[in-house]
Amino acid sequence: MDRISKRFGAVQANREVTLTVAAGTVHGIVGENGAGKSTLMSILYGFYQADEGSIEVEGRPVRIDGSRQAIALGIGMVHQHFMLVEPLSALDNVMLGAEPHWRLSTARDVVRERLQALMRETGLAVRLDVPVEDLPVGERQRLEILKALYRGARILILDEPTAVLTPQETAALFITLRQLRDRGTTVLLITHKLKEIMALCDAVTVMRAGEVVLDCPISATSLDALAEAMVGRRVQLGRDAHTASAQPGTVLLQAENLALADGLGVPRLRQVSLTLHAGEIVGVAGVSGNGQSELLEVLSGLRAPQAGALRLGDARFEPAHWLDPARARTLGLAHVPEDRHRRGLVLPFAAWESAVLGYHRLTRYGSRTGWLRPAAMREATAAMMADYDVRPRNPLLRSSKFSGGNQQKLVLAREAQARPRVLLVGQPTRGVDIGAIEFIHARLRAMRDAGGAVLVVSSELDEILALADRVLVMDRGGIAGELPIEHCSEAALGRLMAGATAS
Amino acid sequence: MSAHQPLDLPRWADLVVLPLVNLAMALAVAGVVVAGIGMDPLQVISLLVQGAFGSRAGVSYTLYYATTFVFTGLAVAVAFHGGLFNIGGEGQAMMGGLGSALVALALGDRLPAALLLPLMVLAGTAAGAAWAAVPAALQAWRGSHVVITTIMANFIASAVLSYLLVNQLKEPGNMAVESRAFPEAAHMPSVHQALGWLGIDWPSTPLNLSVLLAAAAVAGVWIYLWKLRSGYELRAVGHAPDAAHYAGIRPRRQIMASMLCAGALAGLVGMNELAGVQHRLLLDYVVGAGFTGIAVSLIGRNHPVGIVLASLLFGALYQGGAELAFEIPAFSRDMVATLQGLIVLFSGALAMVAAPGLARLLAWSRRARPAGAARG
Repeated sequence: MDRISKRFGAVQANREVTLTVAAGTVHGIVGENGAGKSTLMSILYGFYQADEGSIEVEGRPVRIDGSRQAIALGIGMVHQHFMLVEPLSALDNVMLGAEPHWRLSTARDVVRERLQALMRETGLAVRLDVPVEDLPVGERQRLEILKALYRGARILILDEPTAVLTPQETAALFITLRQLRDRGTTVLLITHKLKEIMALCDAVTVMRAGEVVLDCPISATSLDALAEAMVGRRVQLGRDAHTASAQPGTVLLQAENLALADGLGVPRLRQVSLTLHAGEIVGVAGVSGNGQSELLEVLSGLRAPQAGALRLGDARFEPAHWLDPARARTLGLAHVPEDRHRRGLVLPFAAWESAVLGYHRLTRYGSRTGWLRPAAMREATAAMMADYDVRPRNPLLRSSKFSGGNQQKLVLAREAQARPRVLLVGQPTRGVDIGAIEFIHARLRAMRDAGGAVLVVSSELDEILALADRVLVMDRGGIAGELPIEHCSEAALGRLMAGATAS
Repeated sequence: MSAHQPLDLPRWADLVVLPLVNLAMALAVAGVVVAGIGMDPLQVISLLVQGAFGSRAGVSYTLYYATTFVFTGLAVAVAFHGGLFNIGGEGQAMMGGLGSALVALALGDRLPAALLLPLMVLAGTAAGAAWAAVPAALQAWRGSHVVITTIMANFIASAVLSYLLVNQLKEPGNMAVESRAFPEAAHMPSVHQALGWLGIDWPSTPLNLSVLLAAAAVAGVWIYLWKLRSGYELRAVGHAPDAAHYAGIRPRRQIMASMLCAGALAGLVGMNELAGVQHRLLLDYVVGAGFTGIAVSLIGRNHPVGIVLASLLFGALYQGGAELAFEIPAFSRDMVATLQGLIVLFSGALAMVAAPGLARLLAWSRRARPAGAARG
């Protein structure tokens, strides 16, 4: 790709970007949200046309007007959000749009044979007859890769492939990608996670503000150099970024023996008890899907448990009269939900409407008689945006138009603005770039230092280790163990996550 | 990321240019059809516009039709903002009319118009809301889809109306299935009368003061949706139910609120048609206006201002079409219906067909402009 430029209105998404990828290598593309990585890949995959510049694939200049053409050129893309039809089987998903025969049973036989050969060759194992909705995330991703390869992809673009994977699944994915590379497939990996780049890639391109700022083989760079190139200044992640540690005070939240089963009677929480003190950050670690989401829902009042009790300040709640989200806010409990798209924001709302969500009943945002004060709401939003460095700093912009990191900062700003005594945070930096991670971590620590109790649920061990003063590990809906941060290591936490009991 | 070309039309293009392009496409196709049956499309369209807007009487008729569509269009839009698709405007309008009519028949001889008419409005909105409350409650507490239940409620409303008219309200000896005439006090003053009081001469048409009620409803809905906290909560539930729950908003309450509001709006059709024109309760005074409301809301993008414009468009089609059928007998009501169908097709179902082309055109002109400036 040579001197690619693309402009959206006033935003220059790509400025004279030149990207050269050697065949048969894994090439990493990193950059903060909004740096232009996704735009560049979308141009390569034919979603957008470049305003200027040219593309060559395997030495031939090409024009790519749509994904159909990209596929014909041997370019395949695995999106961050999978493009699969959930009720259809894995086999049918691969076949969809590329049926080799008009009679489906014949077509299935042909596709199955080719896929089995492909799976043997690449080591990508997928159960072909299981409906996609019943496949775990890691297997769905393998299916997406298989789908691209089946369509003849020699260049594979992976957009944030590990965002949804557990550490084990990530490791397995990397093995697969290395095998694909050794077979001659070219892999383009878009990610935020620099560790992955260092572990997997042969070469790396760093983008910032639409331009390439670093382009070198992996052997010529380091984690710190990449981080610096990406953010444009030195960044400091991890514990040594702060010196003060916890000064635990009074108990602000206490949960006793919470138990919850889902609609099918499968237990999601088993006898979960925890205590949050003023002035501490408690981390909840665990492989995702082991009850962390349910714990957040129960503690924030989104869902009532079947058994157990909760004390929040002086108020006490039993399952029959559980906390509700509105009451939680009046009691000084704020919640940054795991899924900001589904819960944290109303995506079609303007930023100023999303920025008061949950606090829209406060008298400063509306009169007692029910009239809103849009001017006050916009003003408050502008202040939040300035305080949390949300970009673009435009309260009138639709919530969906902000990048993931900026959406997360807006949600965090909103919850912090209420000065909560207890803050529950789910996946504080999922899909957030490294500069914003540093910022968000600093803000969470500041809230702790101001006497707040913070509960952080994260599937990133690094994050737990960087933030928490005390770590709870969840496994199969229960608390598998609790460790003070001094006794935490990735190995120790990993053992608890894998089901061993604390000694 | 979707597999479609992402569209980023500026607001003005989205709200003004695109609907006009759609309308033009519909008229173009209609023109072909008209030419196909051997008539001059230009003559037809000019007669249609003449009929709808060419005279004070024409304008009055157009406004009279539009009044009903504003009520039913708003009834669809309010529910839509709460994430609900209200197909029940028809039944809610019938029941609202029934409510107004019962008040008119029961109290018409005893109360002055100044008291009676507001009471009829109240009864109409209450009856429409009550009729909408049943599907709303089923949706809120039982999860029965409101599309299905409102359609079913339409049939029940129609049956209830028939039963009451045939067995209870019809005057013995009268062959027509209709109630006795409303007393004078229950007549919504016509615009002809009202302007007459002010000394202004205006042709006598069905246009009555319900048009002011419609204007108030438009303003009220706009205020509710965008100026009141309850409207904020409603839209939050409609766009993102999970986010609304997280924000401490009770979705059930919002479902009830939006459907009750929708029913009340549809219930006002009776004021325009019964109190304003027919002056009695009859069987089919709604004549599909509830369903036309869906098209009106769709074309008006569920926005009160858009709904006013779409209602005027449909009002003009009704009135201009009637005039056209009168002027050219070969151009029957069915042709008018065809024309309406094409407009619904292009502005509603195919509303986004022209969008990619328009987006490309805008992008092209934007690129061409700086280049031209550089040259000049």
